Amino acid sequence: MIVELGHFALILAFAIALAQSIIPMVGAYKGWRDWMVVANPMATVQFLLVAFSYAALTYAFLVSDFSVKLVVDNSHTLKPLIYKISGVWGNHEGSLLLWVLTLALFGACAAWFGGNLPATLQARVLAVQSAITAAFMAFTIFTSNPFTRLAFPPFDGTDLNPLLQDPGLAFHPPFLYLGYVGLSMAFSFAIAALIEGRVDAAWGRWVRPWTLAAWVFLTIGIATGSWWAYYELGWGGFWFWDPVENASLMPWLFAAALLHSAIVVEKRETLKSWTILLAILGFGFSLMGTFIVRSGLLTSVHAFAMDPERGVFILMILAAFMGGALTLFAFRAPILEAKGVFSTVSRESALVVNNVLLAVSSFVIFIGTMWPLFAEMLFDRVLSVGPPFFNMAFTPFMVALAMVLPIGAMMPWKRGNLSRAMQPLWGLAAFSVAMGAVTWALQTGNSPMVPIGLALGLWVVLGSAADLWMRTGRGQVAYRLKRLARLPRADWGKATAHTGLGITVFAVSALMGWESEDIRVVQIGESYDKGGYTLTLTSVDRVEGPNYVSTMATIEAHRNGQLVTLLQPEKRFYPVAGMPTTEAAIDYKILRDLYITLGDPQDNGGWAIRTYIKPFANWLWFGCFLMALGGVFSLSDRRFRVAAGASRKSATAVPAE
Amino acid sequence: MNRLRVYLVGLVLSLCSPALALGPDEILDDPALENRARSISAELRCLVCRNESIDESNADLARDMRLLVRERLVEGDSDSEVMAFIVERYGEFVLLRPTTDGVNIVLWIAAPALFLIAVLSAGLYLRQRANATEQTKDQLSPDEEKRLRELLKE
Repeated sequence: MIVELGHFALILAFAIALAQSIIPMVGAYKGWRDWMVVANPMATVQFLLVAFSYAALTYAFLVSDFSVKLVVDNSHTLKPLIYKISGVWGNHEGSLLLWVLTLALFGACAAWFGGNLPATLQARVLAVQSAITAAFMAFTIFTSNPFTRLAFPPFDGTDLNPLLQDPGLAFHPPFLYLGYVGLSMAFSFAIAALIEGRVDAAWGRWVRPWTLAAWVFLTIGIATGSWWAYYELGWGGFWFWDPVENASLMPWLFAAALLHSAIVVEKRETLKSWTILLAILGFGFSLMGTFIVRSGLLTSVHAFAMDPERGVFILMILAAFMGGALTLFAFRAPILEAKGVFSTVSRESALVVNNVLLAVSSFVIFIGTMWPLFAEMLFDRVLSVGPPFFNMAFTPFMVALAMVLPIGAMMPWKRGNLSRAMQPLWGLAAFSVAMGAVTWALQTGNSPMVPIGLALGLWVVLGSAADLWMRTGRGQVAYRLKRLARLPRADWGKATAHTGLGITVFAVSALMGWESEDIRVVQIGESYDKGGYTLTLTSVDRVEGPNYVSTMATIEAHRNGQLVTLLQPEKRFYPVAGMPTTEAAIDYKILRDLYITLGDPQDNGGWAIRTYIKPFANWLWFGCFLMALGGVFSLSDRRFRVAAGASRKSATAVPAE
Repeated sequence: MNRLRVYLVGLVLSLCSPALALGPDEILDDPALENRARSISAELRCLVCRNESIDESNADLARDMRLLVRERLVEGDSDSEVMAFIVERYGEFVLLRPTTDGVNIVLWIAAPALFLIAVLSAGLYLRQRANATEQTKDQLSPDEEKRLRELLKE
């Protein structure tokens, strides 16, 4: 009964979404106030209905209602509780419902917190947002109904894909979805502004928190996904240039570009049409990501839902929204006049450079991801585009970005002076290069990767710190320290996020350049040395898990005769799904991870064991965390909290970033 | 066609079980040769897998390919000869780094070309902004100025 109610609530929400995408739009056009404001309660009710629908599906999973097809296909009575909850989105239908839920949530947020928006703009934003929600609801209801019942329910389910039964992956999709869907908000604002024909500083200020939030969620989503791959897939890779990973990286890069160019709109009222275009494309790439995942067009790790029919439906949504948006853009963009004038050496120009690098690198990933498809369809060539290509084509852009970042961040608005901006930076640049050179001299191999990564990372981190310090103005150190604490949170956010990027750059280079591995057959009781540790395989046991059987090795790691840690890599077998998984044993330390996976038993009674030393692996996740944290700091800046908008400019304006 | 592909992929996924990729028994005694084998393996795609190189893959076919690469190396082939041999046997699809011949050149020059176009258009835009005159709300239009004068006269 509850399941049917959930289904019914979704259909009801769909009807409301359709109405909400038309009525406020007409109201805003005609200037009918009551037709506009009705969007607010509609958005709330729509969200509550979808939330109920989602709760109903979760309930079916929790009580293991095996008359629901989705539960049978993706659950099992023995499955741990957390995976019963995460199992709701661990499949195509459920993840779509989550997608719809986040869309409705963001729409409702625009209704709840958008009180300071002009009435027509808010009405139009809510209408566009609701149109997107309606499209995805139609997709869910007509092609991927999660509430389908079975006439003859089986006794038990077929279990969730064991790879997905993992805490890291349980929370990876919701964050990613919050990010993808957050970009829909920027899209809705862009379309509403195009219809209004007005983009000003206030618009920039409204659209930025949504973009920032979306970017923060995407950062967390991508980082958790990468971390999951690192410990779960068994060889400690963190990025595979898989089509689905690329599908999340492209919107991330666009969101990063957008949140920087929105600053220019907010502070200087220029780059307007470009910012609008970025907002449209950013969400376009989110839809593209969904299309890539859902259609299974490009085979990949994530293709748990492959169905051409559904792919076509998403392609239609993509074509309709992008086609419509870009047509509207072509007609209306020329009327968006730029106001601010700035010289070629200025913060504005620096942010244009940032946008060029981020947008072009994203397009390069797009071309690389889609190339096998183009080549096969148009030229009848079946080929692959893999990591060697992406590393080669993408890295230069990131290197360039890291090189110009500290200079651009230091540049004043409007008119800058390169030598003055560089004045506090020369020393830092020299120091970073010197440290890179020292690393080059000290390391054993002769790959330039880590020295370059270290120099760049250091340069970005020190540059961010210098930027923050310069913001405190002149005066005595004690006075400046005091001011440091009182700087706007946006300044802290900027410095934190940039520091995170610097750390990530270094960690990626260290992990790729300095990793070392060891593959061998080990007998029980035998010891071997790796990276300064003496590792002893003491036993290999059979362990029963809740819904799996595990072969667990126990390895003692000694250093200088002292027991450092006990590592227990596992090979698990999930009988219901008939799938094996590898559980690596990882000893996390600040400077390195000791990473061990267990392989197959050998004919001579030994076990194949892979041991890796992964230098600075934790720094990678820490860097991503800092980036997200920086976004949160910025989001909490008072100019977003204070209801400062077009209506009233606060007299104590926050100093420009 | 599509349905067939779905079945094939399903079949393929069941073949790739996560265990150990490169096995200890496969490693060559000569470290220099083994290093070459590793770097070649990282550039070749496991045919029956998801997006994995044969170096990372656990599929039996990937193992066969790894052994084949090592066999050729031991027999004295150069890296490019080994690559050519594998491509002839398994097709262009195995190359994770696509070739530069034919239309693939488009893929390879896409990054520098796009960058050049973007830099040029950004440069033009910046020059135009630098030369433009500032229009602010503070400046009055001729009409407004006329009205202001009239108002002041009164």
